[in-house]
Amino acid sequence: MANERRLTCIVCPKGCDLVVEFDDTGAIKNISGYTCPRGKDYAIAECTAPVRTVTSTVRCEDGEVVAVKTAKPIPKEKIFEVMAAINKVVAPNTLKIGDVVIEKVAGTDADVVATANR
Amino acid sequence: MFDYVVIGAGVVGGLVARELTKYRLSVCIVEKTSDVAMGATRANSAIVHAGFDAKEGTLKAKLNVQGSEMMEDLCSELGVKYKRNGSLVVGFNEEDEATLHSLIERGEKNGVKGLSFVRRDELVKIEPNIGDGVTCALRAETGAIVCPYELCIAAVGNAMDNGAELKLNFEVKNIEKCGDVYRISSENETVEAGAVINCAGVYSDDIARLVGDDSFSVRPRRGEYMLLDKECGSLVGHTVFRCPSKMGKGVLVSPTVDGNLLLGPTAEDIDDKNDTSTTPKGLSHLSSLASEQVKGIQLGKVITSFTGLRATGSTGDFIINSPIDGFINCAGVESPGLTSAPAIAKYVVEMLKKSGRELKENERFNGVRRPLHYFRELPVEKKNEIIKENPDYAHVVCRCETVTAGEIIEAIRTNPKPTSIDGIKRRTRASMGRCQGGFCTPYMVELLAREMGVPVTEITKSGGESYINVGKTEKGNI
Amino acid sequence: MTELNNVRRADLVVIGGGPAGMAAAVAAYEKGLRDILILERDDNLGGILRQCIHNGFGLHRFGEELTGPEYAYRYEKQVKEYGIPYMLNTMVIDVDENKVVTAMNRECGIFTVEAKAVILAMGCRERPKGALNIAGTRPAGIYTAGTAQKFVNMKGLMPGREVVILGSGDIGLIMARRMTLEGAKVKAVCELMPYSGGLARNIEQCLNDFGIPLMLSHTVVEIHGKDRLTAVTIAKVDESRRPIPETFETIPCDTLLLSCGLIPENELTKASGIRLDRVTGGAVVDGERETEIPGIFACGNVLHVHDLVDYVSEEAVIAGEAAVKYIRGEKSHGMALNLVTDGKIRYTVPQKITSAEKTKVYFRVANVYRDVKIVVKEGERVILERKKQKVAPGEMETVLLSADMLAACDKNATISFSLEEVKK
Repeated sequence: MANERRLTCIVCPKGCDLVVEFDDTGAIKNISGYTCPRGKDYAIAECTAPVRTVTSTVRCEDGEVVAVKTAKPIPKEKIFEVMAAINKVVAPNTLKIGDVVIEKVAGTDADVVATANR
Repeated sequence: MFDYVVIGAGVVGGLVARELTKYRLSVCIVEKTSDVAMGATRANSAIVHAGFDAKEGTLKAKLNVQGSEMMEDLCSELGVKYKRNGSLVVGFNEEDEATLHSLIERGEKNGVKGLSFVRRDELVKIEPNIGDGVTCALRAETGAIVCPYELCIAAVGNAMDNGAELKLNFEVKNIEKCGDVYRISSENETVEAGAVINCAGVYSDDIARLVGDDSFSVRPRRGEYMLLDKECGSLVGHTVFRCPSKMGKGVLVSPTVDGNLLLGPTAEDIDDKNDTSTTPKGLSHLSSLASEQVKGIQLGKVITSFTGLRATGSTGDFIINSPIDGFINCAGVESPGLTSAPAIAKYVVEMLKKSGRELKENERFNGVRRPLHYFRELPVEKKNEIIKENPDYAHVVCRCETVTAGEIIEAIRTNPKPTSIDGIKRRTRASMGRCQGGFCTPYMVELLAREMGVPVTEITKSGGESYINVGKTEKGNI
Repeated sequence: MTELNNVRRADLVVIGGGPAGMAAAVAAYEKGLRDILILERDDNLGGILRQCIHNGFGLHRFGEELTGPEYAYRYEKQVKEYGIPYMLNTMVIDVDENKVVTAMNRECGIFTVEAKAVILAMGCRERPKGALNIAGTRPAGIYTAGTAQKFVNMKGLMPGREVVILGSGDIGLIMARRMTLEGAKVKAVCELMPYSGGLARNIEQCLNDFGIPLMLSHTVVEIHGKDRLTAVTIAKVDESRRPIPETFETIPCDTLLLSCGLIPENELTKASGIRLDRVTGGAVVDGERETEIPGIFACGNVLHVHDLVDYVSEEAVIAGEAAVKYIRGEKSHGMALNLVTDGKIRYTVPQKITSAEKTKVYFRVANVYRDVKIVVKEGERVILERKKQKVAPGEMETVLLSADMLAACDKNATISFSLEEVKK
C-alpha cells in the first residue's frame, strides 16, 4: 500500500524533491525533503487542496491582448473554468498593470489582474 | 490574347520571358505555385559551371560554355550577386588524376578557358583546408557562384518591368490548339497565345504530353543540401567538386554569394515530382562525403537543410525543340541548367526567328534592374538620406541579416511581388540568418498582412494551405 | 524629421533594455553616474520578459512571485523615475574597441555614441531549427518555442492546435502549458537527453499538471506535411543519441515547437574583437564582468544563459557598478587569476578574477550528478569545498569566494573548479 507521495516542489526554481508520508487514516504523518518553510506548506497544500496561479491574456476592445494573472493561486481543478472566464472578457484599451479585470473569478476568492500595460 | 505564353517561372522560364520582352511582343508567364523560382531553381548548387563536364558536341556543352560567358554581364544588368571564385575538382588517387586530365581535355574541346591541373603541394597554398586525402585537382578559373532564385526573381521582375505579365497559382491542366491559337487552361482560367514555351522543369514532360508530344520523359533526381552559418563561409574560396569515379559523382563544398557554406547535392532518382523532403540517409551521406573533400566542416553550424529536384531528361541532353509549330520545349534542363539558362533563352529566340516568326526589336526594353539588396551596400551618408525620406529603412526587422522594414516593404511592392513569408525571405534574406526567423517571423507576418490588406491569419509560409497561424486565440468576442 | 544628430557622447552606453540592461543602468545611476544611455531595439523596455507572462520571477530579488512583465516593469519604473535616458526601436549595429557605438533608429538614422564605458546586455536567442537538421519536408508549423510564445502572448494568435515539442528547455515546458490553456492539445515533449534541460518545477506544473508526457531519450527524426505540418516521426535514441529504428512512431500534429536551448546573442561582441568563451558562447570576463577590452562589460544572458532572471539582475548590478568604477578610474587590477574547470563543471563565469574582492562564481555542470562536492583549489591547496545532493545541467550553481580566500592566492594563480564524488 502506497503510504507516501513524492512531489517536486514548485514554489521556487530549486524544485526540491519532497516526500509526504501518510498514516493509515490518510492523514499526513511526516514531510521531508523541503529546504524552506514554504516547501512544507506546499507539500501540505498539494496533498490536501492543491492550488495554482493561472496566467494568460485577455483581449481588449481593439483586438490586442494583454497579460493577466490570478492575483492569488486558485484551486487546481478550477484552472480551465478560470481560463473560460478569462476568455469571455473584453477588457478596455486603457488597461494598466494591476487593474482588476475580473473580480473573484469562477467562484474563487481570486481576482484576475492585468500584469502588463497597454 | 498574348503573343507568347511561357509555362513555368523558374530561372529558364524567367530568362526566356525576359528575352522575349526585348521584342515587341506580349508575354505572359504562368506558374503553378504561389511564387517564382519554386522548382529546381529554388534549391540547387548555385554554381556557374565552367563547362568541362558536359560531353563534347552536346547541346548541354555548347549552352553551358555560352551561358557561363554571359552570366557575369547578365548579373550585373539585373543587379544580382555574382562571384567568379573558380572551381576545383579534387582527386584522391591516380585513377582520379587520369580522369581529371581527360576532363581538362574535354573542357578544352568545349572551348573552356583557364583550365589547369594542380598537385597537392600547390593546392594547399590556395585552399589550406582541402581534405587530407586529396592528391590533385582540376582548377577552372571561370567557375563562379550566383544565387539562382535571386537571378530568377530578377529575370521575372525585369520581364514584368518590360511588360510581361505573371500569373501565379496557374497550374496548366489543358492546352488546346485552335488554328494558330493555343488555349492554355488552369482549373479556373484560360489564356490564349500565339506560341507556347514549355519551361515547366520536372513537369515539362507532362506539359509536352498535353500537345501530344510524348517523345521524352523527365524524372526528378533528389539532391539534398546543407547550408552552414556564415561563420563557416570562408572555409574554402573555390567551389570544391569531387572527381567523378565509380563511387559516383560526389558532392560539392562551396561558398555562396551571400557568404554561407553550401554542401551538396546527393543524387537519388525518385518518382514523386513533389517530394522535396530530406532524408536521414542523404544528410549523413552528404556530411561524410563533404568532409573528405574539405576538412574542418563544422556540422554543428548547419543552419538549414533542404532538397532540390533536378529535372533529368530521358535523352541525356537538354531537350530544346519544337515538336509542333508554335510550341517549344525547354526540357530536361538539369545541371548545368542554371549556367546554361541565359544561353537557352537566346537559343529559343534564335529558334523562333529561324522558324519565320516575326520578332521586332523593342526599343523601350530596359534590361537594368535595381537590386533589392542595394540598401545595405550603401555608405552611411546615403543610408541616412534614404532613412530621412523613409524611416522604415532604419527599422531592423531581421537582426541576423540586418534587413530593415523599408527593404521588406520595398520587396513586397516590387515585381514579382511576394505573397508569402518564404517569398519575402528569398527576396530580402530576412529570416535566412542563424536564428532562421525566430525573432522576425511575427513581424514579417504583420508587415505582409498590412501590405496585402489581409488579416494576419491569412498569411502563409509558402502559399496554399501553409498558414503560419491557424487562427486567433479564442478570447473576447472579437 | 529633425536634422540628424549623428555624433553623441555618453559616459555609459548600455546595449539592451531588458532585465540585464535596465538593472545595470539603475545600479550605475545609484552609484552616482548620470550620463547614461540605454539603447533598446524593441518598442518598449523589458526585453524578452514582456512575452514571458507566466509567474515565477523575482522570488530571490523581490521576495515575491511575479510574472515576466511585472518583473520588467519594476525596473522600467525605476529607470523612468531616475530619468535615465533610453532610446527605443534603436538597433546597435557596431561597437568598436574604442567604445564607439554605432546605432540606428527612425528619428536619428545611423548615429554614433562615443562612450567612456559600454555594457553589453543583448540577451540570447533560441537555437534555430536548422541546426537540428531534421529530415523530411519543410512545411509551415515549425517554430521555436519563443516564436510561438510571441504569437500567443503578444499577438493573440494560435500557431497551431495539435502540438509536439522537441526539447525540454524551460520555454518549451512553459509553452506546453500555455498552448494547453489556450485549447491546444500538446501530445508529447521529446527530449534527446536522458534528463530534462528545464527546471523540475516546470516539469511538474507545466507537464504533469496536464498529463503531458515527457519522453526522455527521444527525438524527432522526420517531418511530414506539404503545406502545413501533418505529423512528426519520433524515435527513442540509444546511448550515443542515435535513433533506434524499431522505436519509430508517427504522431499526427500540426505544430512542432523547438526548445533546444539558448545561445547568447554575441554578434556585436564578436565583431568588436572581444574574446568569447567557447563553452558559454559569451565574452570572457573578470569578476566585475569586464571583458578583455577595458571599459566594455557584459551581463545577463549575453554573457551566459541564466536559469533565473533574478541572477541576471544580480549580475547586471555587478557590471553596472564596475562600469562606474572604471569611468572614475577606480577599477583595480591587482591580480590575474585564471579559473579552469574539469569538464564535469562545464564553465565558470567569471573566467578570470582581477581583484581580491568577494566574488560569486556561477557555473553549470555537464550531467546530472548526485552526492558530489564542489572543490575549488589553487594547485593542490583546497580553497573551498561544498557538498551537493544533486546538481543538474538545467540549474546554475554558485560558490562565493571571499576576499580573504582570494587574497591568499598567488597573484597569477590558476584556480580549478571540479566535482568530486562524496563517499557515503
